[in-house]
Amino acid sequence: MPPLLQHAITGFIVLNVVIGLVTYVTLLERKFAARMQSRIGPYYVGWPHGWLQPIADALKLMMKEDIVPAAADRWVYNLAPIVFLVPCVLIFATIPFAPGLGVADLNIGVLFFLAVSSLEIVGLFMGGWGSNNKYALLSAMRAVNQIISYDLPFIFAALVPVVLAGSLQMSAIVEAQAGFWFVLYPGLGQLAFVAFLVATLAAENRVPFDILEAESELVAGFRVEYSGMKFALIQLGEYAHMIGTSFLGALLFLGGWLGPGPAWLGPVWFLLKAMAVFLVVTWVRWSFVRIRVDQILAISWKLLLPATLLLLMATALVVALQGARV
Amino acid sequence: MPETQDRQVVEIGYGGSERLVMNMGPQHPSAHGVFRAILTLEGETVVAVDAVIGYLHRCHEKLAETLTYVQYPSIASKTDYVSAMTAELAYVASVEKVGKIDVPRRAQYLRVLAAELQRIASHCLWLGTWCMDMGGALGGGATVFLYAIRERELILDLFEALTGARLLYGFHQVGGVRYDLPAGWAARCRQTLAHIEGRLAEYESMLEDNAFFLVRTQGVGVISRELALDVGVCGPILRGSGVPYDVRRAEPYSSYEDFDVQVPVHAAGDCYARYRVRMAEFRESIRLVRLVLDGLPEGAISSRPGVKSVGQVRIAKGEGYTRIEGARGEVGCYLVADGGAKPYRLKWRGASFSNLAVLPHIIPGHKVADVVAIMGSVDPVFGEVDR
Repeated sequence: MPPLLQHAITGFIVLNVVIGLVTYVTLLERKFAARMQSRIGPYYVGWPHGWLQPIADALKLMMKEDIVPAAADRWVYNLAPIVFLVPCVLIFATIPFAPGLGVADLNIGVLFFLAVSSLEIVGLFMGGWGSNNKYALLSAMRAVNQIISYDLPFIFAALVPVVLAGSLQMSAIVEAQAGFWFVLYPGLGQLAFVAFLVATLAAENRVPFDILEAESELVAGFRVEYSGMKFALIQLGEYAHMIGTSFLGALLFLGGWLGPGPAWLGPVWFLLKAMAVFLVVTWVRWSFVRIRVDQILAISWKLLLPATLLLLMATALVVALQGARV
Repeated sequence: MPETQDRQVVEIGYGGSERLVMNMGPQHPSAHGVFRAILTLEGETVVAVDAVIGYLHRCHEKLAETLTYVQYPSIASKTDYVSAMTAELAYVASVEKVGKIDVPRRAQYLRVLAAELQRIASHCLWLGTWCMDMGGALGGGATVFLYAIRERELILDLFEALTGARLLYGFHQVGGVRYDLPAGWAARCRQTLAHIEGRLAEYESMLEDNAFFLVRTQGVGVISRELALDVGVCGPILRGSGVPYDVRRAEPYSSYEDFDVQVPVHAAGDCYARYRVRMAEFRESIRLVRLVLDGLPEGAISSRPGVKSVGQVRIAKGEGYTRIEGARGEVGCYLVADGGAKPYRLKWRGASFSNLAVLPHIIPGHKVADVVAIMGSVDPVFGEVDR
């Protein structure tokens, strides 16, 4: 089989797995949130416990009328969901789900992930601008502010495991954690993990950093004018980004597919760890109030950025003194 | 915008080059009904706000002229549909004052009971919606909202057992109240109160131990004591600005003089102070309900017989104003009677209306996100604003 075809096939499989995962993660989040709020959550569609709810949601969105506002910039408006979705799905390209099980285990995997995941802002801004809606415009402005402010802390926090492992390759980072997850690394590991989670919340635009969606102020932010399948694409992109970042967190700090049991359990462990990261993020989301745009920027520039920078320098110092491997 | 030119706009200049006029409402998730705020923005900062009301005007005062004293109390509750007992009480108290009708002691106590339970229920809804304004329907705010609504439901269950209705009660009638407590109601009420009292501490720890909640509320939307008095805000907002005024104590009605009503006051005047005042009022209302249940006198619940015809209540010619302390502040009813079975003229004074008037004074200079936080802390109910 030619290598290009092989990549295409694995890419197709991963894409479908990701979309299926994203669809069902919404159910997980809704059930989890319902539990927190002493509700039951989706229950009636599909037996038992609303198992068909995500499918019903997707079908409903597909059948909704596709509305383009008369004043919208049609090209930008129509293109934005795709530009938003592509980087969000593309980040899965470098994630290995088990040794050798992934689309492409690049030797600069982490860098690729960080670079591509920041690209979503382009689609986001296009959506906000192209809608020609004041709420959407404000939301796009906030989004640019926020992404610029939180990308650096996010990258610095993610670089701590990279420095500890001495490699940018995802599989090499996991191998370096054999028997000793980076989150357990005294001091540095825990701080970096917390900083990573905070920056993750901001990068994923979730409460308490969801100022660009901010439905109580900006109705729905940049996607206020989107309906039907375009809305579904944006939603899909958002959740794909969230899941991708959870996988990255599990991979960088929680030892990826490493775990007891036979080797074929690897992907299961990886999924469980990623879902654990996702649920922590969800837990925060459903218990905090949103903070204001100026406060978000203050947290990033005054606290998170210097802290992660110091953390990275400290890690580098420790590694230089001890040698490359832990 | 020609329609807003003759309206007064309080404006703070920031010297920015470009301004954006953004229409917030009347269709907006945080409009608390149908409030329209025309915001002038410089970036994220609001430099001017023009408040537009009137989208929920239902000619309540004219309606009152066409309905008899027997009919109107259950319609009066629709002015402030979140705390329906308040307007009912204001109306019947006004009729009783003008018509010099006695109210039996037991009925007065039952009115206090209903009013205080209603205050708890109304504050529950306020807490939930306010947190949802700040935390989003897809976030921590919705969690507090659902918790608060869960507790409000318990009070509504009590009202349902008492009156048969959950939202608009028709509990008060001229000369007393319509229903007596059913068997076992008092015990159930005490149980509910104990439950809510326990939950209050949970909410406080969830909100006050949360740094994000504090930075969103402390120092935001400060209403100075002078501004509060000038604009004429009332209720928890006035008390959150350091003015210890409460109609229940200043001008006791319906046997409130029997209870030593404590008036919580906070001087800061920001959203957090208003929050603290309302949290203290929760506890005060719980205490008052317990006192009522302890000291409930025996006797008739109404000085008039039950309803036989809609025109059976007629009062002599006269006029008078009655005010009571609702959950949102002073609710007043000015009644002019011409000797018939219907009022000649009725004027409502809605607490939310005068509270809302403070918004254009305090919002300029804040960020867009603060607009909804401040508006939620004022707790307007638009049925009462527009009537």
